Amino acid sequence: MCALCGVILNQHWAEQDGGRRARAFRAALLDRVLGHFGLSLHDWAGSVYVLRDRKGASVVVQDIGAVWSEAERLLGRPLDPLDAALVAELSR
Amino acid sequence: MKTPVVLVTGFLGSGKTTLISRLLERPDMGETAVIVNELGEIGIDHHLLRRVDERTVLLASGCVCCVLRGDLADELRDLLDRRDAGEVPHFGRVVIETTGVADPTPIVMTLLSDPVVRNHYELESVVATVDGVHGLNGPESVKQVAVADRLVITKADIAAPGGRANLEEQLARLNPTAHARAATFGEVEPEWLFDGAARDPRDIDLVRGPGHRELDHDVRSCVLYLDEVDWTAFGLWLTMLLQARGQDILRVKGFLNVGGDGPVLVNCVQHAVHPPVHLDEWPDDDRRSRLVFIGRDLDAERLRESLTAFDRVARS
Repeated sequence: MCALCGVILNQHWAEQDGGRRARAFRAALLDRVLGHFGLSLHDWAGSVYVLRDRKGASVVVQDIGAVWSEAERLLGRPLDPLDAALVAELSR
Repeated sequence: MKTPVVLVTGFLGSGKTTLISRLLERPDMGETAVIVNELGEIGIDHHLLRRVDERTVLLASGCVCCVLRGDLADELRDLLDRRDAGEVPHFGRVVIETTGVADPTPIVMTLLSDPVVRNHYELESVVATVDGVHGLNGPESVKQVAVADRLVITKADIAAPGGRANLEEQLARLNPTAHARAATFGEVEPEWLFDGAARDPRDIDLVRGPGHRELDHDVRSCVLYLDEVDWTAFGLWLTMLLQARGQDILRVKGFLNVGGDGPVLVNCVQHAVHPPVHLDEWPDDDRRSRLVFIGRDLDAERLRESLTAFDRVARS
């Protein structure tokens, strides 16, 4: 299965822990990380995520694998988890 | 029960065909279907030999490493149908021989992602042959070694002893998760190759020591040691990392302590992620998370700091 595309998958490998609480926790974590880049993410009805930028643009995302590519598309640049500013902010 | 698949890769002339031919001669190999790109020297006897024309399919996502081998998926599905219909001899294992310059990643991706294939077949191990005389040969063979679970150093009879020792050291630096064995004329015990190395937690042997290893064709390996890691944070971090640097990260394999009785076994080949396996118990007394990364431009400390930061947020 592809870590990114999420295509061809019934369920993404990182989302197999199931349950609404786990999904809500994951969405909150994603929102926290994406917030550093000026984006927000909300879970919609436990089935998809809605990703938004500060200009009001939004996109529906199927799973965690597609979140990052869609976020990159909205921002027009890559999102690197090793980014020193991101790591510093998350470490505060 | 899924049919095990063994992928045999290795550079041109490194001894893939000899290895497979010798294995198929052994009475304890059972009934095996062999898929090759070129018919030729493999002795088949009572085994089933099929040829495929390499045909790759680029996914709509455009993710370059997520190319699928459409020919292989078709062939594996066809084999299932024909076996069920009694049109081909029964087989209990499939061996796929790649071409010498092939990138094995699309094959791994195909085995893990095609809906029919992944429900009927299971990748047992990736075996790479390495020429014991000429050693690694360019980026293709470096990648084949990085992806492998087992390394067979061929031509042991004619390789200079010092040269072989250097090669073994080089391979250990490049892929510390793969076990290596020298062979002459493909003489290797089948059980060593076919013991489920791709999913066997006991297979991760990091006794060669932690930390950075020397550059090898710009590819290096490093080992991350951490304590307990939040599973959700890890999944989020790894998917983000592979999105950002998937072209440079050839392999991730290791144990993750997620707070349960046993660790989670993680095994990725570029973007192709084996289903994580939650183990009931640890294979040894070490309870640390330990992840091997193989790729380009890797900095173990930056990886560790970043993962630790994600984990901290999950716990706050």
